[in-house]
Amino acid sequence: MAGATAAAAPGRARRGAPMYSKELTSKKRDEFEDILEERRLSSDLRYAMKCYTPVIYKGLSPCKPNAIKTAVLQSEQVQYVIKQLAKEMGESPDIIQEEAMEILDEMGHNMQLGAVRFFAFTLSKIFKQLFQRVCVNEEGMQRLQHAIQEHPVVLLPSHRSYVDFLMLSYLLYTYDLALPVIAAGIDFLGMRIVGELLRRAGAFFMRRSFGGNRLYWAVFAEYVKMMLRNGYAPVEFFLEGTRSRTAKTLTPKFGLLSIVMEPFFKREVFDTYLVPISISYERILEESLYAYELLGVPKPKESTSGLLKARRILSDNFGTIHIYVGQPVSLRTLASGRINRCPYNLVPRHLPQKPSEDIQEFVSDVAYKMELLQIENMVLSPWVLVAAVLLQNLPAMDFELLIEKTLWLKGLTQTFGGFIEWPDNLCAKKAVMSGLSLHSNIARLVDGHVVLNDKGVEDGAVGEIVFKHALAILMCATYRNQLLNVFVRPSLVAIALQMTRSLRKEEVYSSFSFLRDVFSDEFIFFPGISLKDFEEGCFLLTKCDAIQTNQQEIYPTNKGNVIVSFLSAMFRPFVEGYQLIFRYLSKEAKEAFTEKQFIPGVRNFVFQLLEKGNTQCYEALSSDMQKNALAALVQLGGAKKKKMSNGFTYSVNQEAVNKILDMFDARIPVQKPVAARL
Amino acid sequence: MAAAAEEAAGSGGGGSPSSARRRLRIISGHLRGSPRAPEREALSLSPCKAQGGSAGPASGSIPKKRQELLKWNGWGYNDSKFIFNKKGQAEFTGKRYRLGGMVLPTFKEWIEKTFGASLDHKTTSRATLNVNDVPPSIVNEEFLQDLRATKISYSQDAEDRVFRAHGHCLHEIFILREGMFKRVPDIVVWPVCHEDVVKIVELACKHNLCVIPFGGGTSVSSALECPEEEKRTILSLDTSQMNRILWIDEKNLTACVEAGIVGQDLEKQLSESGFCTGHEPDSMEFSSLGGWVATRASGMKKNIYGNIEDMVIHIKMVTPRGIVEKNCQVPRMSTGPDIHHFIMGSEGTLGVVTEVTIKIRPVPEYQKYGSVVFPNFERGVACLREVAKQRCAPASIRLVDNAQFQFGHALKPQVASIFTSFLDGLKKFYITKFKGFDPNILCVATLLFEGDREKVLQHEKQVYDIATKFGGLAAGEDNGQRGYMLTFVIAYLRDLGLDYYIIGESFETSVPWDRVLDLCRNVKERIVRECKEKGVQFAPLSTCRVTQTYDAGACVYFYFAFNYRGISDPIHVYEQIERAAREEILANGGSLSHHHGVGKLRKRWMKESISDVGLGMLRSVKEYVDPNNIFGNKNLL
Repeated sequence: MAGATAAAAPGRARRGAPMYSKELTSKKRDEFEDILEERRLSSDLRYAMKCYTPVIYKGLSPCKPNAIKTAVLQSEQVQYVIKQLAKEMGESPDIIQEEAMEILDEMGHNMQLGAVRFFAFTLSKIFKQLFQRVCVNEEGMQRLQHAIQEHPVVLLPSHRSYVDFLMLSYLLYTYDLALPVIAAGIDFLGMRIVGELLRRAGAFFMRRSFGGNRLYWAVFAEYVKMMLRNGYAPVEFFLEGTRSRTAKTLTPKFGLLSIVMEPFFKREVFDTYLVPISISYERILEESLYAYELLGVPKPKESTSGLLKARRILSDNFGTIHIYVGQPVSLRTLASGRINRCPYNLVPRHLPQKPSEDIQEFVSDVAYKMELLQIENMVLSPWVLVAAVLLQNLPAMDFELLIEKTLWLKGLTQTFGGFIEWPDNLCAKKAVMSGLSLHSNIARLVDGHVVLNDKGVEDGAVGEIVFKHALAILMCATYRNQLLNVFVRPSLVAIALQMTRSLRKEEVYSSFSFLRDVFSDEFIFFPGISLKDFEEGCFLLTKCDAIQTNQQEIYPTNKGNVIVSFLSAMFRPFVEGYQLIFRYLSKEAKEAFTEKQFIPGVRNFVFQLLEKGNTQCYEALSSDMQKNALAALVQLGGAKKKKMSNGFTYSVNQEAVNKILDMFDARIPVQKPVAARL
Repeated sequence: MAAAAEEAAGSGGGGSPSSARRRLRIISGHLRGSPRAPEREALSLSPCKAQGGSAGPASGSIPKKRQELLKWNGWGYNDSKFIFNKKGQAEFTGKRYRLGGMVLPTFKEWIEKTFGASLDHKTTSRATLNVNDVPPSIVNEEFLQDLRATKISYSQDAEDRVFRAHGHCLHEIFILREGMFKRVPDIVVWPVCHEDVVKIVELACKHNLCVIPFGGGTSVSSALECPEEEKRTILSLDTSQMNRILWIDEKNLTACVEAGIVGQDLEKQLSESGFCTGHEPDSMEFSSLGGWVATRASGMKKNIYGNIEDMVIHIKMVTPRGIVEKNCQVPRMSTGPDIHHFIMGSEGTLGVVTEVTIKIRPVPEYQKYGSVVFPNFERGVACLREVAKQRCAPASIRLVDNAQFQFGHALKPQVASIFTSFLDGLKKFYITKFKGFDPNILCVATLLFEGDREKVLQHEKQVYDIATKFGGLAAGEDNGQRGYMLTFVIAYLRDLGLDYYIIGESFETSVPWDRVLDLCRNVKERIVRECKEKGVQFAPLSTCRVTQTYDAGACVYFYFAFNYRGISDPIHVYEQIERAAREEILANGGSLSHHHGVGKLRKRWMKESISDVGLGMLRSVKEYVDPNNIFGNKNLL
């Protein structure tokens, strides 16, 4: 069980664990500045042609993209792997060198000022068309400017949209900062002209998976490190690996992060700054695409014509973007005292070396820490609150009540440390109205009631009705989801309270810990600090007077029942969804199956239940939830994952799954060792 | 105490004014005709020279009363120091060094610019040692009786004891200037030969004393500090009077020497027979042969003569278990692990080295300095690496970084004529304007060639040819020579700094070639950052040089100093920063020490450095050789 690892090392303090609100006296956040405002007032052309002299990392000698490629190819690291492969495969090194060159050509960026200026011009036009405002914390930009001159910088933005990296480069250009080189998925290359343009704007491309290809790995890693070591440009990539289709932060990927950390581990650089950046959209450009995709309607391949077709969205309004550039985090500070330096001293630095367990654990900790920082600084719009309230009050909700509840939720969110930007101190009614009008495709006001905008539901077949309804719910959920990682700790305590029907802290904690393990792929938890998460949850609930605690017991207050039931309702789709998915796996799953078989299978299963009206859990149709549940089951020991030649296959241990299901129903109390005294 | 007083009279002879001139003069035999006691008995084979406590003519440079010749609260000779004269210009006093009596016009500006120091802000050391502060000497009367019976000279005088309670770490000098050691030796003894040492160690075992051997007192690892918690009587065994060359074997080119001899005397006396050892650590004026063996010392010219472990043929050491030595004097033997390697680097924890047979070479016919300017440090390191690869390193080759180059420049004496100053200007113009070297980035390699005249010139050409390939420009002998001067006046400079709120220290490491650049950059950066974090107001001097080259790596030497005005506990801050710098070195793949040793200052990293088992191996040797911890200086383990 996943929890066992936490319990296995009770005495070991996990360093670098996140700072929770309990430890913070006051959270101060920077003010925002709208960068589009000036764009609306002055010439875009002049802006695109402005004198652009970005500050750069000290000691930098300018380097042409091709020179970087040559340096990578000639590097000891790549040459070593080439020779090694040549020996193993009995090929001439020249042929493999050629192959490496091809990889580099496919991968390498080709940043050119002309392309940058072209983007500066067109993006100005497009952004002004699409967005009302693009708000940036200027202090963050100043900190970034400072950081770039000091040490190599890695930009780690959240990933909700393709707009993310365009916007970030645009932003850096606006502030006269060095443009980042961006790790982008290779599928962009499928887009003709655009792929090439992106390349010239500084994107470099990585294959989605190259685990087995040593040459590719060596070339790629060296390419990234070369840029970082020499400080040619900030390196930018997405910890989440891909755009989150649910607007909920995805669990981090570690590959690229460990590559960019390596130059520091080997002391090729003095330090490296990791900069978490939170980009939040009042309305996400791809919202409906995502909902379709989650429901299994395949994602259209990136193509230039697709992009052109999408231009009709230009006439639409996508509200405000908030970009919060977090405090640069020094890798040296994070690593202080945690890294055993010996392994790096005993092997020549150019040899590929599998990171030790220590290092892997450290990389994972850093990844989670960075994501938690992204979450902490992610701006939440009033509409996010509206969506969360609305989803609990379907099919229709009284408008006035919605306003009242939204305002109530605003207070609660702030208590929990959520970062709400309430536009210009707008009164609640106006804020809700403006949210509704921006998101009229999701919800609308009918006769003083707010309802989901699932047009065409009345006169379709049952299946179609369910599908349309699911679409609306998933789109709405995309916004509520932005709250979840802020709410997850107190909410899981609330659910655990209801599950255990006991007041004893120990029992509540074991339920909490069970839920935390079950949802470890769904929400972002710093690894190995279950107890701390529990205490944080209890602390926040106490802070909003929902519970009272003493040494042994936790009890909800009278007033607290409202909060506790709201919180547990907020997460009910997940609790119910997971149960549905587990039930499917326990009953329907064949001997061994692949993910490709599992997704349609479980989708049909849930679909039928919805059609029959046996469940209301539309969100269980989301392939994202289905995948997370399967991954959780593997971690909980309810399923086995096996690597086969054609990918992974899974086999279910039905007894174990049933046991987990029973724990949900509290038919058997959750038994697990308590990591430390509560 | 009485015995000590009697002895004191005999010690003046060694310090004739010219006897300690610039080290190269010493070595090249320029002083062969200088006035000195003709009746010296250096080459006699008598087993022990000073029978019956009568003062034999002391042949060594260092008297028993060290303070009569040497500073008690700083480095080197009493008469040699940096001062600011009435005009506010820096000047070096005394006639012992080439720099003596010279005015250094740019030094004041350099010190102000580099440290933000001001001549108006002065701290002063206490003028003399306050004898009343010194912890009392506690020595058991029975032991004293036994000791008197041996006729070995000893002293319980407070000054004698304090001056053997320390080396030359910053904190030790600081304590001398402003405080008092918590623990000092209770008694100092001066054996004059191997047999004396045997007797002393026997008595120490009999009376359960703690013995701390003392050679030249130049330790920079807290090796000489007395463990505070030591309850037994601490006996400081000063080897300075065991300083004879016992014999010279010209057929095998070896010499057997008593271990207390200091470097300058050894070279001076050997040169009278036309020989040298070629071992020249920066401390060679004051450090002793036994000390070199005990710390695994390294000399500037190791490329020709090797480090101490390459030079030693035979060692005699007195331990509580008895005497340890080999049965023959051979170049190499395969008889299990080399017992010399238990002794070298044992830092006084196992016994006292009394006699050493060391390789000697004919004094070289010709010596030549040189220097090369490189556009940047990276190119310079690449050049040194190539020189090492081709195994054509001159006697010494060092690469100083820009800050140290400027440091050296600040020590340039006033030029004699307008012509030289014009020439200097021209040189500078050529390098910076014509060749485009940035004066704030360029760095300099200093060279010392030695050998037959013809071969030296040939060798010189080979090295300069390599340098040219790395963008180097020959920059003259003078720059080279000044570079070497810096390394041995640096300790005098620290004393000057201490008067103006500047504290500093040097430390060293060895590192594989491929990590040299990263290590240098990161360690310097770490120092700067730590200073900032610890509230040091002005950016520190943080500079390094690659000071030795080997096949597989290099030795890197750092200087670190800062202005401590506004800091309440400068020594503590200093130590924290030094510790951080050492952590940084280790994280960058550098060693705990190349030649300074471990002492007590770097003990905490020993386990990490040589593994648990390795440490256990050393411990088991200690346990066998010295089960009662008679040699209880607590170094190393």
